Amino acid sequence: MSRNVAIVGVGHSKFGVRNDVSLPELAWESIKMALNDAGIEQKDIGYVVVSNVGGWSSEPLPAVVINEYAGICPTGTVRVEAACASGSAAVKLAYDMVASGHVDIAMAVGVEKMNESPTPTVVEFIGRAGNYFWEFQNFGLTFPGYYALYMTAYMNKYNAKEEDFCKVAVKNHYYGARNPKAQFQKEITVEKCMASRYIAWPIKLYDSSPITDGSAAVILASEEVAKQLTDSPVWIRAIGYASDTSNLSKRENFTSLKAGYLAGERAYKMAGIDKENVLKVFDVAEVHDCFTIAEVMAYEDLGFAKRGEGIEMIRNEETYIGGKIPVNLSGGLKAKGHPIAATGEGMIAELTNQLLSRVEKDRQAPIKNGYALAHNIGGTGHYAYVTILSLSKS
Amino acid sequence: MSKEEKKTMKEMYDSQMKQFFEFVESMKKSLGVPMFPDMKTGRAQYLDQREITLKFVISIENIKDFFNALADGKLLATKCENCNEIYFPPQRDCPKCKASGLGWIELSREGELITFTQINVKPYSFSHYDDYIVGIVRLPEGVNVTAWVREKDPRKLKPGMKMRLEIVKREPENYYTYEWVPVK
Ligand SMILES: [Zn+2]
Repeated sequence: MSRNVAIVGVGHSKFGVRNDVSLPELAWESIKMALNDAGIEQKDIGYVVVSNVGGWSSEPLPAVVINEYAGICPTGTVRVEAACASGSAAVKLAYDMVASGHVDIAMAVGVEKMNESPTPTVVEFIGRAGNYFWEFQNFGLTFPGYYALYMTAYMNKYNAKEEDFCKVAVKNHYYGARNPKAQFQKEITVEKCMASRYIAWPIKLYDSSPITDGSAAVILASEEVAKQLTDSPVWIRAIGYASDTSNLSKRENFTSLKAGYLAGERAYKMAGIDKENVLKVFDVAEVHDCFTIAEVMAYEDLGFAKRGEGIEMIRNEETYIGGKIPVNLSGGLKAKGHPIAATGEGMIAELTNQLLSRVEKDRQAPIKNGYALAHNIGGTGHYAYVTILSLSKS
Repeated sequence: MSKEEKKTMKEMYDSQMKQFFEFVESMKKSLGVPMFPDMKTGRAQYLDQREITLKFVISIENIKDFFNALADGKLLATKCENCNEIYFPPQRDCPKCKASGLGWIELSREGELITFTQINVKPYSFSHYDDYIVGIVRLPEGVNVTAWVREKDPRKLKPGMKMRLEIVKREPENYYTYEWVPVK
């Protein structure tokens, strides 16, 4: 059977417009932090999984460019793509390398430099991420446009208002303002969100995550090695995964993301968690809030709320610290930023720090059960990964 | 409305890029390298001296009937004669029963709007159009079709509305595609 796997080191760069660094320099910021955190050297790493979607950035083989810069040659490596969930996919592959016994230590590092291209080009690249031939070529959908299809349907079915969704943005900016790594460190109001311009009706600028440069790294080790390296390992208890159709026209409904739901079910089953009880199990969660509608659907897909009641959760501020389950205390993709393929490692790094109670005091969740959940969606529900972390091994 | 505001998004994007390239060219002339300070932060940047244009060639050999029919004013889907599954977008192969060389059926022209959005911030290659509405419509055959909706104001639309499909010429590119029209 597979071996237990622990997180022994994490690194997380400042997210934002990072034109002060190149792609490998940006990756190195996180790699160095993770190496120091784990107390290991490059030669100790048995395999490196690099997540990077690219297209907007200049290096077509980012894995080898980063590894050379970081002094990790000739370690085995690969670059993975699962759109915005690439980072979690990288963690999954690194996890498998360790769990299977192939290596004792593996690293997942995500990096994205979206600002190497002008904004219209980036909008074009992300808009093409779905089904290029049938849904982009003729109809020019954009990333916010795809999620707006969900928001329109959700608002219609459950009588939700644009103001309700803005409350997600207000919460995530509130915590982003307390995270020095966040792209936006400023609180906003519902009024400010409502006054922002439409980018894909009914999605407004403030419903949307920004274009972000950033990196994050996670070092994983087998139980035996983890025990030598640290007194405070964070265990990966489960990684659930699923996918959905490339064409949005083939989706069963537009009020939930089926892949996110299925990935959650799989993760809960693997970790032996009863879905009815999730609010009693998790101390904190990071969910994929590329747009405010995505966070609301995540509440329901993960069983934090019943169908149609995710919007109530945010109306009632139940996902702030002190509520039923604190969500996106990092600021989320919305305020911390969304460097596409680094978002997954960013979530895992954040939750590791949350579980070890080492984030800024005013955004630290009280850790009681020692359980955390990362929900990472790729594209518009095309890919989904749900990772469950715990301070206890079993 | 001032003349400035009437500019399309493409004209705006293009003039911003033109200004930017002129600025970098002038820097390059004085410094001898394509190096310039970022306008907001002052951090040193290097402008790529190579350029790539992406324009793909995509095989439609096995679904060319779809495009021929479109030019004749029809919207087709494929149907598996073995297991009756209907495919839109059309595909040659039926993954359900592994049959190949699927036959063609013409789709109904009326359906129900499931959801929609209006694209306000457009990708570069769509930036010459006015804001457009994209909708997904469910047909009686049980397949959904994504296309533009002929309407300017998204507030006038609602999921559940009846829609009629029209084959239209897309301008200024001048090619046939299909579009949803609200049934009044
Ligand atoms: Zn068949």
